[in-house]
Amino acid sequence: MTAARSARKGTLVAVISTLVVATLLAISIGSSPSWPLVQKAFFDGTYFSTSLPNVIGAFAINIQLFVLAEILILPIGLLVALARSITSPALAPLRIFATIYTDFFRGVPSILLIYVLGFGVPALRLPGVPSEPFFWALVTLVLIYSAYVSEVYRAGIESIHPSQERAARALGLTRFQALRYVVLPQALRRVVPPLLNDFIGLQKDTALVSILGVVEAFKQAQILKSANFNFTPLMVTALIFLVITIPMTRLVDRLAAKDRATQQGGTR
Amino acid sequence: MARKATKRVAAAPVLELHGVSKRYGRALVLDKIDLSLAEHEVVCLIGASGSGKSTLLRCADLLEPIDGGSITLDGRTVSADDRDADATRRQLGIVFQGFSLFPHLTALENVALAPRVALGLTAAAAEKRARALLKQLGLAAKANAYPDSLSGGQQQRVAIARALATEPKVLLLDEITSALDPVLVADVLEALRALAKGGMTMLIATHEMAFAADVADRICYLEGGRIVEAGSPEKIFGAPRDPRTRAFLKRVRSVGASALR
Ligand SMILES: Nc1ncnc2c1ncn2[C@@H]1O[C@H](COP(=O)(O)OP(=O)(O)OP(=O)(O)O)[C@@H](O)[C@H]1O
Ligand SMILES: [Mg+2]
Repeated sequence: MTAARSARKGTLVAVISTLVVATLLAISIGSSPSWPLVQKAFFDGTYFSTSLPNVIGAFAINIQLFVLAEILILPIGLLVALARSITSPALAPLRIFATIYTDFFRGVPSILLIYVLGFGVPALRLPGVPSEPFFWALVTLVLIYSAYVSEVYRAGIESIHPSQERAARALGLTRFQALRYVVLPQALRRVVPPLLNDFIGLQKDTALVSILGVVEAFKQAQILKSANFNFTPLMVTALIFLVITIPMTRLVDRLAAKDRATQQGGTR
Repeated sequence: MARKATKRVAAAPVLELHGVSKRYGRALVLDKIDLSLAEHEVVCLIGASGSGKSTLLRCADLLEPIDGGSITLDGRTVSADDRDADATRRQLGIVFQGFSLFPHLTALENVALAPRVALGLTAAAAEKRARALLKQLGLAAKANAYPDSLSGGQQQRVAIARALATEPKVLLLDEITSALDPVLVADVLEALRALAKGGMTMLIATHEMAFAADVADRICYLEGGRIVEAGSPEKIFGAPRDPRTRAFLKRVRSVGASALR
C-alpha cells in the first residue's frame, strides 16, 4: 500500500520535473533570434502536411525491402552459421567459403557494396540477370545482413554448453539430431534480442539504396526537399523511421532483460 | 524381465573391455583395462579421484575413442569411429555426474526425445514409454515440469529415466549422487536398487561404499588407470588382498567418503 503510494509519488515528481525542463527548453530555444529560421527550414507546418503522404507512400518501398530481406536473411544466416561450425575435414571448403563470405560482407562499407552490385552487375548486361535497382538493392542487403546474422546465430550456438550435445549423443542421437533437437532450440531463444538489433540496423539501411535511384522514403524526401529548398520532408522521413525503430528497440531491451532474469533464476 | 534379487547365474557377457588403453596427451589414463559385464550383473568401480573411472565409462559408451584394445557388445566389436556408433550408443545408457538434462524440454519430453528421434517411435508411443519410466522412478507427478523446477534428486532420476528410454542393454552411471544433498541421495540410490532387482546390467562409478557393498555383484578397485583388484563386495571390503586396495579403503574409512570427492 505505502509502496504503491510512494511509487505513484515518484512518477508524479518525474512527470512534473520533465515538463518543467521541457518548457524551459522550448521557451529558450523559441526565443532565440535564429529559431524562426531553423523552424522555417526544418519544421515547416505546411511542408510537413504536404510531404507526409508522399513520404509515407515511398516508405512502403522500405517496408517491402526489409520484410523481404528479413524473410530471406533468417534461413540464409542460419545456413552460413551451420557451415561455419562444420568440423568434418571433408567439408572444410564449405567452412572456409562461409568464413570468407562473412569476413568480406561484414568488413566492407555497405554503401560501397550497394553501389558496386547495384550499378556494376547490371552494367554487365548478362543475359537473364535482372537489372532493376530494387532487385539489386534487395540482394545486397540480404548478402550484407546474412553475414551479420550468421554471426549472431553462431554466438548463440556456441553459448550452449557442450555437455548438452554430449548428453544428446550419449542417447544415440546423431550429430545432426543433437543440433536439431537439443542445441538449436536453446540457441534460437537466446539470439532473438541480438537478431532484432540487427534488423533495426537493416531497416535504417534500407535508406542507403536510394543511391541506386530506388524511390524509397529518403529519396522521395530528397526530391521534395530540392523542389522546395526546404528540409522538412527529411524530418518527416526521420520521424517515420523512428516510429518503426523505437518500439523495436524497447522490445529488444525488454526481451534481453527477461533473458537475463531467466538465466539468473534457472539452474543453467 | 524381473529377476531374483539373489545371486545371479553366470550369463553370457554383454559388455567386454579387452586391454583398453586411453591417453590424454602423454598421460596414460587407462592402462590395459580388462572388464567383462555379464547379463544382469552390477559392477561398481571404486577408486580415488583421477583414477580413471569417468574415462572408463566414457570410453565404454563410445563417447571417446580408445588408443588400444577393443570393446565388444554382445560379442560384436564396437568402436567410437564406427559408422554405426550412434546405433551402438542407443544400446548403452549413461548418466553423468552433472545433470545435463535438456532445459528447454519438460521431464516427459526429455525422456521421450531419444525414443522418438533416435529410435523412430511415434510421438504417442515415445510418450507412453516415457510416462511409464517416470512412474517407475517415482516421478509421475513431475512429467510436465521443466528441469529447473525439479530438485537435484528428481533431476537425476529424470536423467536415469532418459538413459533407460532407449532400452539399453547396459546402464553406465558416473557418480550420479556426488552433486546431491545427502537427503536426496537416498531416493536416487533406492531407484538404482530397484533397477538392479529388475535385472538391469549396470556399471557404476561411485564413492558411496555402503551402497556399492549393498548393490554390487562385483567391485573393481581402480588406481592409476588400472584395475588393481576385483572381486565380490565381501572380498574387497572384508578381506582385500592388494596392499593398495587396503590403503585406499583405510583412507576412505578414516576420512569418510566425502573427502575423496
Ligand atoms: N578430457 C580430458 N583431457 C585431459 N585429461 C583428462 C581428460 N579427462 C580426464 N583427464 C585426466 O584423466 C585422469 C582420469 O580422470 P577421470 O575423470 O577418469 O577420473 P575419475 O576417477 O573419474 O575421478 P573423479 O573421482 O574425480 O571423478 C585424470 O588425471 C584427469 O585429469
Ligand atoms: Mg569422475
